[in-house]
Amino acid sequence: MLILNLARQSLTNRILTTSLTALSIAFSVALLVGVENVRTGMRESFSNTVSGTDLIVGSRGGTIQLLLYSVFGMGSPVANISYETWKEWDEHSAVSWTIPYALGDSHRGFRVIGTNESFYERYKYRGGQSLALAEGREAGGVFDVVLGAEVAARLGYALGENIAVTHGMGGFMDHDQMPFEVVGILDRTFTPVDRAIYVTLEGISAIHMGWETGAPPMMGEEVAPEEVLAMEEIPVTQITSFFLGAESRAFTLQLQRDISTNEEEPLTAVIPGVALAEMWRGIGYAEDGLRVISGFVVLVGILGMLVSIYTSLDARRREMAILRALGAGPRRIVSLLVLEAGLLSAIGAFLGVLFVYGGLTVLQPWLEGRFGLQIPIQMLDTTQMIYVGAVVVLGFVAGLVPAIKAYRTALHDGLSVRV
Amino acid sequence: MTDDTACIRATALTFSYGKGPNVLDIPEMTIRSGERVFLHGPSGSGKTTLLGLVAGVLKPTPGSLEVLGKDVGALSSPARDRLRASHIGYVFQMFNLIPYLNVRDNIALPVRINADRRRRLDGPVDEAVTEAAAHLGIEHLLTEKVTRLSVGQQQRVAAARAILGSPELIIADEPTSALDADRRHAFLELLFKNVEQSGSTLLFVSHDMGLADQFDRPLSLPELNRASA
Ligand SMILES: Nc1ncnc2c1ncn2[C@@H]1O[C@H](COP(=O)(O)OP(=O)(O)OP(=O)(O)O)[C@@H](O)[C@H]1O
Ligand SMILES: [Mg+2]
Repeated sequence: MLILNLARQSLTNRILTTSLTALSIAFSVALLVGVENVRTGMRESFSNTVSGTDLIVGSRGGTIQLLLYSVFGMGSPVANISYETWKEWDEHSAVSWTIPYALGDSHRGFRVIGTNESFYERYKYRGGQSLALAEGREAGGVFDVVLGAEVAARLGYALGENIAVTHGMGGFMDHDQMPFEVVGILDRTFTPVDRAIYVTLEGISAIHMGWETGAPPMMGEEVAPEEVLAMEEIPVTQITSFFLGAESRAFTLQLQRDISTNEEEPLTAVIPGVALAEMWRGIGYAEDGLRVISGFVVLVGILGMLVSIYTSLDARRREMAILRALGAGPRRIVSLLVLEAGLLSAIGAFLGVLFVYGGLTVLQPWLEGRFGLQIPIQMLDTTQMIYVGAVVVLGFVAGLVPAIKAYRTALHDGLSVRV
Repeated sequence: MTDDTACIRATALTFSYGKGPNVLDIPEMTIRSGERVFLHGPSGSGKTTLLGLVAGVLKPTPGSLEVLGKDVGALSSPARDRLRASHIGYVFQMFNLIPYLNVRDNIALPVRINADRRRRLDGPVDEAVTEAAAHLGIEHLLTEKVTRLSVGQQQRVAAARAILGSPELIIADEPTSALDADRRHAFLELLFKNVEQSGSTLLFVSHDMGLADQFDRPLSLPELNRASA
């Protein structure tokens, strides 16, 4: 009781240095916890590039490759999936919905993806957010085009703009005889969705009419847009991959197995969350970098704390000597200093955690809007608990050194120190 | 160990700070229990040093100094701390108050820290503190921070702190140097009353020779000390 009283009075008496020390501890704790938060936020944002989708299905091939071309718009598939196979799975009793993807064309370096209305309805990203149109409407007609936010911003296109689609990725052979028109622009998602152009499956088919050999149609054999529009039904023969939502989560694994052993056509099905997490482990250099930074932050933070506690206590050698001269034994003096140091670091740690939560509450919308980084506001995880615990424990230990020193120096020397 | 009634007994007591010259070299000095001694000598003659040795703030050589039946030089530093805390009240020349505590808490500190001192109080700590403060004319300052007192007021706080809990030996290093005549008189009265009630021994240092005849005997340090050159 006496010790607690002394500690309290001595701390409040030096309120300025006390608060500065507590603040410096708070900042290191905030940095520590904050960096760790950003790290997990980055990983989670990445793993959540696609959400709500149970499986992504493509022709037989590598998991990463499938992810790269279907989610990140990089590389291309080895083979396509026939329309019939897709339809078969689309109508499967355990399947709730599918989003088809037909890849292979581009416009000024951006991918053109053929899909259908499910895309606008079902595609979810980061924590189950749906796509939304910033302007216009979904692509419904054969020559309708919807732009990802990044595409619209980079190319400066507005609604009503006519664009040509290039066969393959950035070749010279434009399908410029087919005039596509921008009918909608998507809201920004901070995912690869922003960097693609969306048309209908029929639109993709129309581009390729007369191209069945893989070469441009002969002179006079071109299919005119009017002819396409006059067709009653435009045949869609193949797609590249499809996203799939199961009737129930519980079917996912069974479906994955069934799809992978599909008889007519060899297919690969991946669970996006799992595959993305796996991919992050492969390419998570950024995370390693952050981990190194957070290691240094821990080191510097704790060193700073030790220094400030040490100096604030060392300045009180005379006071310790007086207490000793009045009969306070080693245990009392040690517990006084250790208690003070521990209180300081506990207050600092508490403040630091508050800073993080406060900062996140304020900055979260901005971080998400600016970088698409979703940092969850949640309870401290184990690593963070360990960090905070270590700071408090080290704070207690930091008090031990000056305490022992106060007791080691001769009493008379301590009394001679000028205050 | 011959005289059972000796409170302080020095034999061939020498002391120097570090490797410096001897500050003290006292062949023989005895202060009996219950005696009130007035120690004087010019500035720098080693009075504070002698008090420091007696109180165990400084460490004498073993066998050279006996206080309250204990060979101070043979005691470990925590043991000297305990001896001082339980049995010796020390009015430091530099007061040594705790800057962040108020007057009341400063006066009560040794009694709160040490159970022996607390047991010797008649009533509750707060009452004893108020009483001592009233005698010294600082009862209106009890809740004041000590750093906001005048030097003379601080001196009285230091004095009240030393006599609370009636230690067997009271050591006072120029406790009246900053007091006016009335205060000095009141302080000495309180001191003597305390000493009488508990049969304590009093070792009092002052430059004010006018006070000497109120004590049992004066003691001149330069006369005792062969080191004073
Ligand atoms: N901490 C110290 N380190 C080294 N020498 C010291 C120390 N304290 C005192 N001395 C020396 O010891 C001698 C005696 O000092 P002391 O303080 O005992 O004198 P004093 O009689 O109490 O003087 P005053 O009447 O001025 O208080 C002095 O010469 C002083 O220089
Ligand atoms: Mg002196």
